[in-house]
Amino acid sequence: MPADDGDAVIAVRNLNTRFGGTVVHENVSLTVQRGEIFALVGASGCGKSTLLRETILLQQPVSGSIRVFGQEIIGLNDEQALPLRRRWGVMFERGALFSSLTVAENVGMVLQEHTHLSATLAAEVAALKIALTGLPADAGPKYPRELSGGMRKRAALARALALDPELLFLDEPTAGLDPLSASGIDDLVRSLRDALGLTIMMVTHDLDLLWRAANRVAVLGDGRILGSGTMTELAQSDVPQIREYFYGPRGRAAREQAWKQR
Amino acid sequence: MNPFAAPTGDAEIEAGEAGAIRCSGAWTLATAARLESRLNTWAWPRAGELVIDTADITAMDTTGAWLLHRTAHQLEQAGCTVHLRGLRPPHDTLMQLIAGRVTALNPVAAPAGGWLAAMGRQSWHALRGLLGMLTFVGECANGLRLLLAHPRRIRWRHILYNLQTAGFEALPITGLLSFLMGIVIAYQGAEQLQRFGANIYVADLVGLTMVRELSPLLTAIIVAGRSGSAYTAQIGTMTVTEEVDALRTIGVGPFELLVLPKMLALMIALPLLTVYTDVTGVLGGMVMARAQLDVGFTTFIDRLDDAVSLRSYLIGVGKAPVFAVIIALVGCYQGFRVTGSADSVGRQTTVSVVQSIFLVIVIDALFSIIFSWLDL
Repeated sequence: MPADDGDAVIAVRNLNTRFGGTVVHENVSLTVQRGEIFALVGASGCGKSTLLRETILLQQPVSGSIRVFGQEIIGLNDEQALPLRRRWGVMFERGALFSSLTVAENVGMVLQEHTHLSATLAAEVAALKIALTGLPADAGPKYPRELSGGMRKRAALARALALDPELLFLDEPTAGLDPLSASGIDDLVRSLRDALGLTIMMVTHDLDLLWRAANRVAVLGDGRILGSGTMTELAQSDVPQIREYFYGPRGRAAREQAWKQR
Repeated sequence: MNPFAAPTGDAEIEAGEAGAIRCSGAWTLATAARLESRLNTWAWPRAGELVIDTADITAMDTTGAWLLHRTAHQLEQAGCTVHLRGLRPPHDTLMQLIAGRVTALNPVAAPAGGWLAAMGRQSWHALRGLLGMLTFVGECANGLRLLLAHPRRIRWRHILYNLQTAGFEALPITGLLSFLMGIVIAYQGAEQLQRFGANIYVADLVGLTMVRELSPLLTAIIVAGRSGSAYTAQIGTMTVTEEVDALRTIGVGPFELLVLPKMLALMIALPLLTVYTDVTGVLGGMVMARAQLDVGFTTFIDRLDDAVSLRSYLIGVGKAPVFAVIIALVGCYQGFRVTGSADSVGRQTTVSVVQSIFLVIVIDALFSIIFSWLDL
């Protein structure tokens, strides 16, 4: 582990989390470099989402350090966290769109809160973000309940992108999507990274997405990092849990698919 | 230097060499408001060739790229030929990404309508609400009929749970409020009665008002606020999270599981609560009578025996099951009317409480009229 985290967008060091008597994280350390698509994987309930929630200041760990953009975030109050929160966007697993607002208002609301754009420009930028995520134009005036699950996810991504964040957190970006939409999300994530220089940290189970988009992957299990590296490196790991994860029937299919495309 | 500092350099547009327009600085969300007004007030040519020199743009995000794209697009619409020169490769990628997606960018206007249309919509909505309520009452009655035909399907556990939450747990608040109400009535009456030396009639005053009118009404209003709202919120949230649909697919009728146990439990709990508030209310009156009017407990109770007939008492308690049905039906019905949003849960909960209290008071007034016709 490098001692100097100069260019690390996220640096987690010796993180410990417990819920009551249950140990969730034990001395977890990981680093996300600028411009990288970093994926956190692991079995259900291994604490991936908890780690994500701690990084976006929704939950406090017991001890350890989390530095985002070089700034320690543990113990920040809301006021101190605001400048940081404006620099990252979060897409929640189930969208978490405001149900009383239309999709366009969901995106526009973030812009109105944090910028002084004119109403026209704000509406245009909101419409642009919605179009960027591949939603049809008539999705803007619709309410979240009128959208399908996959469209809701795209709308949530549009909201996460509203402020042109430098860092994007994606919680299960492709869960519940049809394969075509899911590969649309892969392409979108990569093209956004290339065009905007985004850093992306995602939690996912989608092996196809991992092979196609992730630069680096960390496997979480038993409260610690079982291994990390590129997908090719992890595929050669001899840690039994990692092998199980990547060499199950679905893992094999995704890997073969990825090899074929190269 | 902090590698994460925002790119500096104000965004600027100025006239460059040979008629070119020179753009520089950071074209980002942070500078967009200023850029927009600069772009809007710039004297753009009407026609001909125009070169926009973008080599000095140091940073660009989607908002900046959109401004550039929009400007170029508007100029082309006006009849200019626009050349963007010197875009840095990442910015060029971004511009292409936007140009590729922008075809889908035509906001659809919301349907307009005057006040007449709004009034029509509201009337239609109200009418549908009324019809829906009627349907709901019918479905409930049908459900109850089926349940009584198959008594083994009665969900005693749910009924008992609802008895506890709507009945037992409401004891402290209903008791306290009715006790205070008894005190208030006795206190207000004391002064008048003392003037005529009719102190003993405080038992008539407190007994009749509490037992026949106030305690059933008071209890029903508290329960409507406490439990009716909870029913709406619970069923509403279950509708939002598709739990109601899940129940249907499992083959358990939502009426059977969600509505009828609540209604039956409330029909048991509300009369019992009314009896209890009768007692605490009269107790409040008794305490006040002794303190203000020197009417002792024994005297008060002796007088109460003559003042409050069994009929008055039964009329009071008899109203409670009717109120219970109203509260449960309105609460559950409004819960099922929730449509998919958190906002809607709040709105229907408000409607539920207002409607059930309104209906309870209206029905109470109807009872008064009917009883006076019948000379009860």
